[in-house]
Amino acid sequence: MSGKRVVTLTINGDQTEVLCEPRQTLLEVLRNNLDFTGTKEGCSNGNCGACTVLMDGRPVVSCLVLAVEAEGAELRTIEGVACGSHLDEVQSAFLEGAALQCGICTPGFIVQTEALLAENPNPSEDDIRFYLAGNLCRCTGYDKIVRAVQAAAEKRQVARSV
Amino acid sequence: MATADKPKYKVIGTRPVRHDGADKVTGRAKYGADIKLTGMLYGATLRSPHAHAKIKSIDTSKAEALAGVRAVVTSADLPEQGDRIVELGEGAANMRHLTANVLARGKVLYKGHAIAAVAADNIHIAEEAIKLIKVEYELLPPVLDVRKAMSAESPVLNDDIRTESVGSAPASKDSKPTNIAKHFLFEKGDIAAGFAKADVIVEREFDTSMVHQGYIEPHNATVFWNTDGKITVWLSTQGSFSVRQQTAELLKVAISNVKVVPTEIGGGFGGKISVYLPPVAAMLSKKSGRPVKLVMSRTSVFEATGPTPGSHMKVKLGATKDGKLVAGEAWIAFEAGAYTGSPIGPACMCVFACYDLPNGRVEGFDVCVNKPRTNAYRAPGSTHVAFATETLINEICEKIDIDPADFRIKNAAKEGVRRVDGPVYARVGMVETVEAIKNSEHYKAPLEGKHRGRGIASGFWFNCGLKSAASATVNPDGTVSLLEGSTDIGGSRTGIAMQLAEALGITAEEVTPTVGDTDSVGYCDVTGGSRVTFATGIAAIEAAKDIQRQLIARAAMIWDVDASKVSYSDGGLHGPAGKHLSFKEIAAKLHGTGGAVIGRGTSSEATQGGAFGTHCVDVEVDVDLGKVQILRYTAAQDCGTAIHPSYVEGQIQGGAVQGIGWALNEEYWYDEKGEMRNATYLDYRIPTCYDVPMIDTIIVEVPDPQHPYGVRGVGEVPICPPPAAIANAIYDAVGVRMHDLPMSPPKLLAEILKKES
Amino acid sequence: MPRVFIPPPMRSLTEGEEVVEVGGTNLRQVIENLEQRFPGIKERLCQEEEIRPGLAVDIGGSVATLGMLQRTAPDAEIHFLPAIGGG
Repeated sequence: MSGKRVVTLTINGDQTEVLCEPRQTLLEVLRNNLDFTGTKEGCSNGNCGACTVLMDGRPVVSCLVLAVEAEGAELRTIEGVACGSHLDEVQSAFLEGAALQCGICTPGFIVQTEALLAENPNPSEDDIRFYLAGNLCRCTGYDKIVRAVQAAAEKRQVARSV
Repeated sequence: MATADKPKYKVIGTRPVRHDGADKVTGRAKYGADIKLTGMLYGATLRSPHAHAKIKSIDTSKAEALAGVRAVVTSADLPEQGDRIVELGEGAANMRHLTANVLARGKVLYKGHAIAAVAADNIHIAEEAIKLIKVEYELLPPVLDVRKAMSAESPVLNDDIRTESVGSAPASKDSKPTNIAKHFLFEKGDIAAGFAKADVIVEREFDTSMVHQGYIEPHNATVFWNTDGKITVWLSTQGSFSVRQQTAELLKVAISNVKVVPTEIGGGFGGKISVYLPPVAAMLSKKSGRPVKLVMSRTSVFEATGPTPGSHMKVKLGATKDGKLVAGEAWIAFEAGAYTGSPIGPACMCVFACYDLPNGRVEGFDVCVNKPRTNAYRAPGSTHVAFATETLINEICEKIDIDPADFRIKNAAKEGVRRVDGPVYARVGMVETVEAIKNSEHYKAPLEGKHRGRGIASGFWFNCGLKSAASATVNPDGTVSLLEGSTDIGGSRTGIAMQLAEALGITAEEVTPTVGDTDSVGYCDVTGGSRVTFATGIAAIEAAKDIQRQLIARAAMIWDVDASKVSYSDGGLHGPAGKHLSFKEIAAKLHGTGGAVIGRGTSSEATQGGAFGTHCVDVEVDVDLGKVQILRYTAAQDCGTAIHPSYVEGQIQGGAVQGIGWALNEEYWYDEKGEMRNATYLDYRIPTCYDVPMIDTIIVEVPDPQHPYGVRGVGEVPICPPPAAIANAIYDAVGVRMHDLPMSPPKLLAEILKKES
Repeated sequence: MPRVFIPPPMRSLTEGEEVVEVGGTNLRQVIENLEQRFPGIKERLCQEEEIRPGLAVDIGGSVATLGMLQRTAPDAEIHFLPAIGGG
């Protein structure tokens, strides 16, 4: 297919230009063209949430966004969650709470959790379960994921109040 | 809860952060689809739109002519296998069927069956090219129902299948082929006499739908066939050595020409053992001279990998009025899918495995139908039969008015009990798991509210031993690099490292585990059968003992004493006159005392004792919609010794939620043409976190004497009890007995309406 | 002597006997001795001098991992079962 386009994206704070085909999804461009393989592909039709990224602060399933639609957008991927060599509260809570088994859904859950905590710093268990219901995990039964999100929220609250 | 005085461990029972954790929360961990090689091509697969058809011709010329296409393959590119049965480490495979499943030969046997594949410069060109391949089909009637497939009038899928049994005479090649690939029969005692003693007999028929393991990561493989004939396969798999053997056998090359590099794996649950893509990517690579990557779509994962069978079962149980089981009979038919290989054997062996049943008869059938070839799924076969047996147990309890936990304790399988399939149990923990539930806060708490009910059920799985290997190198700073070959699906490398650390008296963090490729580590069987923490753990402990022996020799040399005067304990070496060197101190002296110390260990002879679990669930039924809400869930399981309790809990919680999905939502929904109509995650609905509550766990520890620390495998048992526990809870809530999985809203509503009218 | 439990389809070869006592200190000897008493039985259990693929042998409560070389204790029970694959 002809007619490649140059798309300008800001990914984790860095502006990038990428040449892509109009039919390429944001997920494909992130993974194949730009090597941001931390964003995972589980279903390619928006049902599993493994490919969740933040687009202008909002969580989107990047398999349902065309790369050309993201022109000018600010993107945050799993690679941009840690600050340098320091894990953020959500990442450490997932590790300390054993909230992952195979780990394939983990990037999507962490990014979705970042969006949740930005909107609602003190979510109830029901808030967490509702907000994360678009992210599928087949290994953990969700128990430890929900607890990790609760722990991260608490840690962040404490950090804020200090 | 421990059942006996537990030895004091330093590492075992603690909860260190997993060694691969940082990579997995930052997106750095490399999974199969993340592989990218210089010059790599992308592949796409043409799949059958029909469930059952003869392939009259395949014309790939237009696809080959498309710009950017580098290679096209069909089954004509794979070698003929003839009649060969090959042992693949965890099960035998008929190679003729295995190759025909990888690329259809002459016939397609299910919708989604792979027919041809293309490698091209990018995925979009490859996908365009497969649309240009012309296939002429002669349609055949699809065989979709397991009982119809067994009838003499049914169309037969495979003309080389005749019914086999354990110890049966080989069938003549002239006899009529059949869809019944296997027939098993087990008998114990005298069932007629047994049922004659019964005061109450219940007999019901059960159906369960085909379900998928549902791992989030689709199958993938990247293969490079080098000019020297060496083939390298990068993929996510439950068993790199099994992939090496299957790939070599399918390509008819020496196993030494195939190197399998396992990447991180995004779930398996039994579904990532059989190969689908590696031989195809290998042929595409051979033809194009370039590395080729194939990744399945979610729809292909559903339609064309190895889900676990649907079933039809008739089960009958008899008990005396004082609550003693006296006889049981089961008739079980499993959908094998296109080729033989459903877990009907273990299903037969599990159906009464939780109980001390004096008289029993179990008959099972493995039946080919036009659906994907089925595979293992977490305690394969055991969930189906637990649904039947555990539902009947509660029905008996109601009829004779006895508490279902007490009934289970009274009839539980225990040490010395002979199973219906013959063998006698060693020390097992069925009684303890039921007692744990009976004594739990949950079971004791009153349940109030309309249309609410509580149910319990138990489950069993054998757990495998099989073969594992590990090596461990002592580093000069007192740490150890551990290399093992069990691909890590759920944190097992840390569980194995912890056992090595315990044996050497160092910390878990002082061990760095790596999962090696097939050229760098000794043979390991698959990550399955709940075997890795048990068997690869033993291999790591053996490697630690080997290190101890070598360090003793070094210390003896340093102290100039006989090695018999030196011992290893508490993380260090002890010699005459109070001489002592810590592990760290001796590690620093290795270069001057003979160089590297590398321990090696294997495990091949140990076989595990079985594991049991008992679950308790509270539900609320919406009687207008037929929808079931899980209110509270508690799972008790005998884990022998929990190495890393967080990951033990995680296995139990994950298995329970998979069982909840199987119970309430999940099913392959076929139309009359044999097309799966729900091959997406939207319509094949696995539980989300909004569907389930917290899953409380009770870890029961009845150590397995066959493991130095008493480990029992954990992963599989927890999927077995949920469907029956939920069915029992639904009955308690609204008074209808469900005999058909999934117990989805339309089915439950129909039963509720039937009862009301 | 080890006690061999005969699967139902093989009982036509053992004149209906369900459990047979037969000598042997490893599985190979046990199967050879069975074959001598009940000709035809070995072919049902073995292929090219090894246990048939898909078949598991339980000896004294443990699945034999060494095939025909597995030791058989004098009082061992021997069962022939379908091989189990886990998930």
